[in-house]
Amino acid sequence: MSLDSKTVAHIAMLARIKVPEAELAALAKELSGIMTWIEQLNEVDTTGVEPMTGVLHRNLPQREDKITDGGYPDKILMNAPDAAHGFFTVPKVVE
Amino acid sequence: MSDEKNLIEGRTGMWEVILGLEVHAQVISEAKLFSGASTKFGADPNTQVSLVDAAFPGMLPVINKYCVEQAVRTGLGLKAEINLKSVFDRKNYFYADLPAGYQISQYSQPIVGKGTIVLDMAGGVKRHIGITRLHLEQDAGKSLHDQHPTKSYIDLNRSGVALMEIVSEPDLRSSEEAAAYLKKLRSILRYLGTCDGNMEEGSMRCDVNVSVRKVGDPLGTRCEIKNVNSIRYVQQAIEHEARRQIEILEEGGSIRQETRLYDPSKGETRSMRSKEQAHDYRYFPDPDLLPLVLDPNWVSEIKATLPELPDEKRARFISQYGLSDYDAGVLSGEKEIAEYYETVAKGRDPKLVANWVSSELFGQLNKVGKWITDSPVSADALGGLIDLIADNTISGRIAKDVFAAMFETGKPAKQIVEEKGLRQVTDTGAIDAAIDEIMAKNADKVAEYRGGKDKLLGFFVGQVMKATGGKANPALLNERLKAKLAG
Amino acid sequence: MSSELNNLTIAGALEGLAKKDFSAVELAQAHLRAMEKHRDLNAYIVETPEKALSMAKASDERRAKREKLGALDGISLAIKDLFCTDGVQTTAGSHILEGFKPPYESTVTANLWKAGAVMLGKVNMDEFAMGSSNLTSYFGGVGNPWRRRGDNKRLVPGGSSGGSASAVSARMALGATATDTGGSIRQPAAFTGTVGIKPTYGRCSRWGIVAFASSLDQAGPMARSVKDCAIMLGAMAGHDPKDSTSVDLPVSDYTKALTGDVRGLRVGIPKEYRLDGMSPEIEKLWHEGAEWLKKAGAEIKEVSLPHTKYALPTYYIIAPAEASSNLARYDGVRFGLRVPGESLDDMYEKTRAEGFGKEVRRRIMIGTYVLSAGYYDAYYLKAQRLRSLIARDFDIAFKDVDVILTPSTPSAAFAEGENTDDPIQMYLNDVFTVTANLVGLPGISVPGGLDSQGLPLGLQLIGRAFDEEALFRVGGVLESSANFTAKPAGY
Ligand SMILES: [Mg+2]
Ligand SMILES: [Zn+2]
Repeated sequence: MSLDSKTVAHIAMLARIKVPEAELAALAKELSGIMTWIEQLNEVDTTGVEPMTGVLHRNLPQREDKITDGGYPDKILMNAPDAAHGFFTVPKVVE
Repeated sequence: MSDEKNLIEGRTGMWEVILGLEVHAQVISEAKLFSGASTKFGADPNTQVSLVDAAFPGMLPVINKYCVEQAVRTGLGLKAEINLKSVFDRKNYFYADLPAGYQISQYSQPIVGKGTIVLDMAGGVKRHIGITRLHLEQDAGKSLHDQHPTKSYIDLNRSGVALMEIVSEPDLRSSEEAAAYLKKLRSILRYLGTCDGNMEEGSMRCDVNVSVRKVGDPLGTRCEIKNVNSIRYVQQAIEHEARRQIEILEEGGSIRQETRLYDPSKGETRSMRSKEQAHDYRYFPDPDLLPLVLDPNWVSEIKATLPELPDEKRARFISQYGLSDYDAGVLSGEKEIAEYYETVAKGRDPKLVANWVSSELFGQLNKVGKWITDSPVSADALGGLIDLIADNTISGRIAKDVFAAMFETGKPAKQIVEEKGLRQVTDTGAIDAAIDEIMAKNADKVAEYRGGKDKLLGFFVGQVMKATGGKANPALLNERLKAKLAG
Repeated sequence: MSSELNNLTIAGALEGLAKKDFSAVELAQAHLRAMEKHRDLNAYIVETPEKALSMAKASDERRAKREKLGALDGISLAIKDLFCTDGVQTTAGSHILEGFKPPYESTVTANLWKAGAVMLGKVNMDEFAMGSSNLTSYFGGVGNPWRRRGDNKRLVPGGSSGGSASAVSARMALGATATDTGGSIRQPAAFTGTVGIKPTYGRCSRWGIVAFASSLDQAGPMARSVKDCAIMLGAMAGHDPKDSTSVDLPVSDYTKALTGDVRGLRVGIPKEYRLDGMSPEIEKLWHEGAEWLKKAGAEIKEVSLPHTKYALPTYYIIAPAEASSNLARYDGVRFGLRVPGESLDDMYEKTRAEGFGKEVRRRIMIGTYVLSAGYYDAYYLKAQRLRSLIARDFDIAFKDVDVILTPSTPSAAFAEGENTDDPIQMYLNDVFTVTANLVGLPGISVPGGLDSQGLPLGLQLIGRAFDEEALFRVGGVLESSANFTAKPAGY
């Protein structure tokens, strides 16, 4: 599978990583190389094989409905690059 | 399916509106879906946030069993299939109030599958609306856009609160049906105790998918109106959006599939800038969680504890109390009303009670804008009043005045009757005396009556009533009056 | 005397502490001196000498007061910078987390402190554990204390737990925590002549460990002997209700598994691990390992793991996919780096472009791509099906054998610039280790000997799920048979 610059630009947008226009082609080539290598998987016939999402064959553990956490806004905000009045902040969003 | 009266007339013909609703209902629980932080509404910003809710590095979700139970209970209440195995997926997208960059939701294997909601439309028409699915997911945080000129503020208190997303089939055909659907769904959720249905506080939110088509045409392109926060706005938004789409199509244009926002102050929908980007959520099973497998016995246990739901209650009210379908619908529509009604009706005339609740009580409550749980007249107090009618202490007419006084003062009926001396006059002598007096004063009318003008009976009844301060027992009064007039 | 304390094993140090030959403070001091001396290796990102000394002092006081002691009381350890440590900078080797001080402690490190261990500092690693050389760290590469005979070229310690490996190998810690997503414990252990075990998925809590690929990540110890790893894992492992994938199974005393007795045990040799162009030295060591076990009374059997060659490309779908999602939280809002932007998206894009290094960006891009609309079935779902087939291979093999013996890596340590520019060549480092992660099985790497250039080589054992005992038992026999006593010169 070869990825073109347009596809790479779209993927970069989805991933929210700025890729300068000038680097798109080189990145596309590099990623295409990896994807081509990955595509050796197509040699294997997997029809009828159940996909495996995890290795544990157990049921999901569930917890009681009790308040056991929270109540420490200082901890939540102490690493924030730009907190204000108890809130996190981001550049203004227009909806 | 195209019911004539639901169609909208355009320049080029009749249009049908196709609606599907996605309702996000906040699960009633103490703690969040995947963390132990509180779900309470209205706390200071970021105080009800755990490290998990703020997606700190290395934090992991652990599911709240009660939220699972609530989803199952709701599924059972919607007569839906419960999926004994369901999977939590990550829905990946970037947004300021989504700390992890993904929402834990359920995509291909939700906890609840297909179900039905029955709507009772005007004229006794029943509409069966399909439920596509119900799944559990996390709520996002809240962005405040008006606190600062160049910044949006983020509060994560709501981040991670459990939501049930309930998706309908595109079976709804008018804004009235959409409203009826939301009311019915809210009623069911409240009966079940799984969501408080409070749209103002955002514990129930609605996304509406709207498309239009000429009758008989295939489905048109739909627009999604996001987060409409009252039933009235849902109706307005649908009306507006349908007209907007019809106008575009009639002018030869085409509808762009997009997310729109309803602006109640302008009464219109507009395209949402922040949601314009092509969506690609890259769903995949959350590797931090295992598939959720339910024990069928546990599901049966939940089923056994389900309360009687509105539809069943309505049917029972008709058969047990002999109420009309309409009255039964009104009195079963909300859990609290039904409870009130049945408390009063116990050991009393159910139809009389139905009348009192749906006309007098609702009338007074509406006037002061109160909900039944805040009624100044309790079910027992109303029962006391109705007992006074039944044992002839007061007449039905006087009872209305007594009720008004009860509503105003909160005093019991008996006390008001005593204080105001409203006890009914059942003493034949006293009534006879009053009749004699009126007849003497109106000899001419007596003659007319006796000359065949029967209609004058009403006049005499009114006069005697007035003379007794309304307290004369009506049956006795009628009987005595007729006898005396007959001469 | 105390200058050589850092040469002890954990077991040896525990004995010395018990006999009061030296104190925990002296033990910590010896390590702090070594750390200072070998700063050129760049093994530590943050040294925490004050913390080390106060924790050591507390241990000495417990001992003096004859209080109940933990399994690692007074033992100086290095902590991989992927483990969140309360109040101590935790970066995962990334610029995007520079300066981040978690207000919480990972379950695994908390378990170690409960067992009385002493923290020396946070050790370097490939950024977000993505790499096999430690060259992807924002804080610079890490030196391997080993050199090729007659060549002074600086070699890589492997990765991603390169700082852990280097610190343990260079005697800058008695042991270290590490994590393994595709080989990140076993490959650096092999490159540095140390022992490292990746336990069964679910054995150690992942709570508080910066996530790379959640279905593959597992914490484990690195140390200079099999027994030391057994002691450490015993303290690290255990059920944690805060991790839904942590397993509620009892943790036994793994040191008891080191009986030296492997008689009757069946050891599988997977024929598919004999790669084309495999170095004859690796092949020779592998053969030797089998011979040692045979001599000790084990039965050697050939087994088949037919889907082995697909494990690596499968891994390079699953791991980046999960990583692309796990790393979405580094967005400049709640912690770490923020690069200002015109809009929210602009801020995100600039922050993540500057905050993540090249390899991390590359893997996020691959992960985003394989999950994106239209490609999910072809890549992600395909990889999950392959994962089932690989698991089935192991299920069948473990009907016939109790453990599987393979080389740990296809080569010895290399230098920066040797095969490090081509990503796929780099990925091949994990070709022998990655299968265990895909199916969640435990794997251990034990030093087997030196190659012709004098560099250590490792042997890997893969065991059944939750049968770490078998790995320690067989690993102990490999260790004593190999009699690996070589040390990197100058350490
Ligand atoms: Mg939706
Ligand atoms: Zn939703």
